[in-house]
Amino acid sequence: MPSTALEAQPTARNGAALLSLDDVSIQFGGLKALDGVSFDVREGEILGLIGPNGAGKTTCFNVMTGVYQPTSGEVRFAGEPLGRRKRFAITRLGIARTFQNIRLFGNMTALENVLVGADAHHRTNVIDALVRSPRHRREEREGEQTAREVMRFLGLERRADELARNLSYGEQRRLEIARAMATKPRLLCLDEPAAGFNPAEKAQLMDLIRRIRDRGLTVLLIEHDMGLVMGVSDRVAVLEFGRKIAEGSPAEVRSDPAVIAAYLGTEADDVEDFHQEGTL
Amino acid sequence: MSFLIDNFVELTVTGLVLGAVYGLVALGYTLVYGVLQLINFAHSEVWMFGSFAAVWVTVALGVAPGSALPIVIGVLLLALLAAMAVSGGVALLLERVAYRRLIRLDAPKLVALISAIGASFALAEFMGLRDRIADFFGLRDTLDPYVRSARDNTRFQNPLQTEGVFTVGGYTVSNVDIIIIVSAILMMVALDQFIRRTRTGRGIRAVAQDSEAAALMGVNRNRIIRATFLVGGIMAGAAALLYLMRFGVTRWNAGFLLGVKAFTAAVLGGIGNIRGALLGGFVLGLAENYGSALIGSEWRDVVAFLLLVVILLFRPTGLLGESLGRARA
Amino acid sequence: MTQGKASPDTESAVARSGGRGPRLGWDRGALAQRVAGLPRPVKLALTGLFVLFLYALPLLEIPLISTPDTDFGAVLFTVASYVLVALGLNIVLGYAGLLDLGYVGFYAIGAYTVAVFGSLQAQLSWWVLIPLAVFLTTISGVLLGAPTLRVRGDYLAIVTLGFGEIIRLTALNTEWLGAARGITGVPRPPSVELFDIPHLQWSGATAVVDLDDTTTFLVFGVADQAPYYWLMLTVIFLVLGADRMLRLSRIGRAWEATREDEDAAELMGVPTFKFKLLAFACGAFIGGLSGALFASRQGFINPESFLLLLSILFVAAVVVGGAGNRYGVILGAIVVAYLPERFRGFEEWRLLVFGLALLILANYRPQGLIPPRRARRAQAVDEQLDALEEGTARA
Repeated sequence: MPSTALEAQPTARNGAALLSLDDVSIQFGGLKALDGVSFDVREGEILGLIGPNGAGKTTCFNVMTGVYQPTSGEVRFAGEPLGRRKRFAITRLGIARTFQNIRLFGNMTALENVLVGADAHHRTNVIDALVRSPRHRREEREGEQTAREVMRFLGLERRADELARNLSYGEQRRLEIARAMATKPRLLCLDEPAAGFNPAEKAQLMDLIRRIRDRGLTVLLIEHDMGLVMGVSDRVAVLEFGRKIAEGSPAEVRSDPAVIAAYLGTEADDVEDFHQEGTL
Repeated sequence: MSFLIDNFVELTVTGLVLGAVYGLVALGYTLVYGVLQLINFAHSEVWMFGSFAAVWVTVALGVAPGSALPIVIGVLLLALLAAMAVSGGVALLLERVAYRRLIRLDAPKLVALISAIGASFALAEFMGLRDRIADFFGLRDTLDPYVRSARDNTRFQNPLQTEGVFTVGGYTVSNVDIIIIVSAILMMVALDQFIRRTRTGRGIRAVAQDSEAAALMGVNRNRIIRATFLVGGIMAGAAALLYLMRFGVTRWNAGFLLGVKAFTAAVLGGIGNIRGALLGGFVLGLAENYGSALIGSEWRDVVAFLLLVVILLFRPTGLLGESLGRARA
Repeated sequence: MTQGKASPDTESAVARSGGRGPRLGWDRGALAQRVAGLPRPVKLALTGLFVLFLYALPLLEIPLISTPDTDFGAVLFTVASYVLVALGLNIVLGYAGLLDLGYVGFYAIGAYTVAVFGSLQAQLSWWVLIPLAVFLTTISGVLLGAPTLRVRGDYLAIVTLGFGEIIRLTALNTEWLGAARGITGVPRPPSVELFDIPHLQWSGATAVVDLDDTTTFLVFGVADQAPYYWLMLTVIFLVLGADRMLRLSRIGRAWEATREDEDAAELMGVPTFKFKLLAFACGAFIGGLSGALFASRQGFINPESFLLLLSILFVAAVVVGGAGNRYGVILGAIVVAYLPERFRGFEEWRLLVFGLALLILANYRPQGLIPPRRARRAQAVDEQLDALEEGTARA
């Protein structure tokens, strides 16, 4: 990835599919977690992925980031099949994610957390590090620039040298986003970023997601909070029991009978705040 | 190779006997690991103390071999009870001294391991210095039969005479062989039932599965942890007596290698898995015996460790998988 | 590069690359704070003096510190070799978080390489033997790590423990490796006889130069062990420097990220397996080097020198000192190696005391004697906010 990916880019290419799921199924023992799911994430858009608990949203993320291999079907990123690529290789390709239950490197500083993300594209080896080769110094300089820039973008610059585990909850959520953004992704996947947020924080988060998109990133958003998803997404895809039941603009989805049926009686999801269910 | 074939039955029976001891000691590792995800490094000393308790009972009672059967049974039962009580007590002491504070602080596992290593050193050395300690308190003469030559092998005078019961393939299976294998299996079954059926057993499984959720559901986690250590200790005590009946000697530092083997057995069977512990013990005992028959007894321990490495590479969670928490109700 | 304890660890992702960015003084105790405030030349001089003091230790014969019952130079060498081993194990255990209970295996491979190819089966030069030992040990680290680093962390402990025992038992049972007899005549480092250095002699609080008690620079003999200590100390400084470079780079961060959360690290673009293997190889490198130096000082090795117990002592050294902090680890190694030597007079009781000491340290200093810098730094972070503002304003 060129280092310019972080700088604001016009979202002119809006429309071309950046990531496509093509008839993806995944099976755990007898359970079909995803059943023939297909949708595209288009370059430069914010796509919301919603669905009741256990609908397969996080499984979707895990398939996209190489945690699980689909039992059948294919995931393509920028036209290229992910195949059996390793997780770190997919990150280098340009997909980054956050986690439903925060998974920072607790005993490293906030800055170091973000640096690990920036290191995704670095190639310094032992010899480079030992002799402080030009490559090492250049990568350290660039990495720190990237990290500090991203942290400033997320309002974390004053917390750079705090241990990640000592940050407040909201800061930890933002630090996860910073760490993912430092890998210079084209697609940023946010797994329930608003979990545990109050309404004011949710509003800030919506603004933040839009600003991320305005920097030229494509955003895929899993979220329980309907207001937030509907307010910020360009398009929304709905999963239920591992199947995609609807896809379209927020307005279309909101009036879709299948969606209404899926969500009938499940408003509880909207108030249910913080899940510690296993993500991986 | 011909040595292996000629002595196949003997190697098998002695392998099972050894494996039974490994398996019973392995239970202690497996239980504690299942509940706390900690390697209780000092569990070997729990076993070692039990073995001395058994020896001391026979020294105190001074029963000659060949006594009447009821006396023999009585002495063995007393020795068993003493070994179980002492091992259980040492296990509880360990929990109190080496673990409780660290568990409360939620300290890193490594620190708990170091704490256990320290406790293991201290316990073994305590036993190895028991003559000096008796000197220190001026009790040397009173305690002499129990503390003399503390650094040497201590013999166990088995009140039960070894007798052949039946002969298969050129090897006479003895009463001791049968007692050991059968008791180990019985103990395992009893423990399995205990874990499955009793309230405490359910508590152990609950804490193993999700200790926070268990606490929210009203399980007293600390009590369960103590119970886990106690049960593991009792099993080690039983293993100590069985071991002595067959091998006849113990030593202040005998725990270490046996502990490593037992832990290997626990990992082999799938750590955290109660049935796996016994299975792992049997597999390890047999493999050691067959392996040393094939390539020489000096390679016995190498065979054991190579087996472990190979099994972990092909079955990373052990033979039966890890499942203390997931055991069916 | 050759920083002693007096010059505090100023490393961080920020205070890197020579003066650029704000220089932040974290985690400094009162004394260290004062030292840090001194001008640069004074600091350099102090560091130099401290290093000189370390080199002079075997000559000073300081009462109380010196071991009355054994040759102090030899004790210093033992302590220094524990320090080196602990630094190596710290990479594996402290940085990458891999519990290696068979580290003595690498130590043994290093020692046996020197002994077997320097005495028993061939008579290679010492200058060839040391690189050969390091090379073979590193290879064995990779060979051990490649299959086993895929198994879960807790199992790694027992697999490595098995590895350590296999190495020892193989040496014990193989004629070609000297079996139980061991190997004698291990080549010593080549000597250059340059000049004599006198030792000090103390009577009460006054010291006089004792011209009868001298160490010849630089003769690696049998009686006087000081030169071996100097060699080891030099190696330690080199390794410390290398350790610092790695720690401050992408590599150190990748190790720590892997230790903190392997899955998250992998998803942030860290090829965790590769880095774990690298940590293993680095650890093996250093372990093999110290084993090789140990053998060439000892002149004689047998399988008894590489008991499993040693692995456990190594792990204890790292954890007692504070896994992840190289100075803490050094202190831990000194505690573990020096205390038993100092109290050799109490021979019988020392392991009992050692066990109790480990137990107490683990329970009352669970972070280690010197915890990793950041645990303390985090508490002092407010002080740096201004400096940071300045830094970001400039960027």
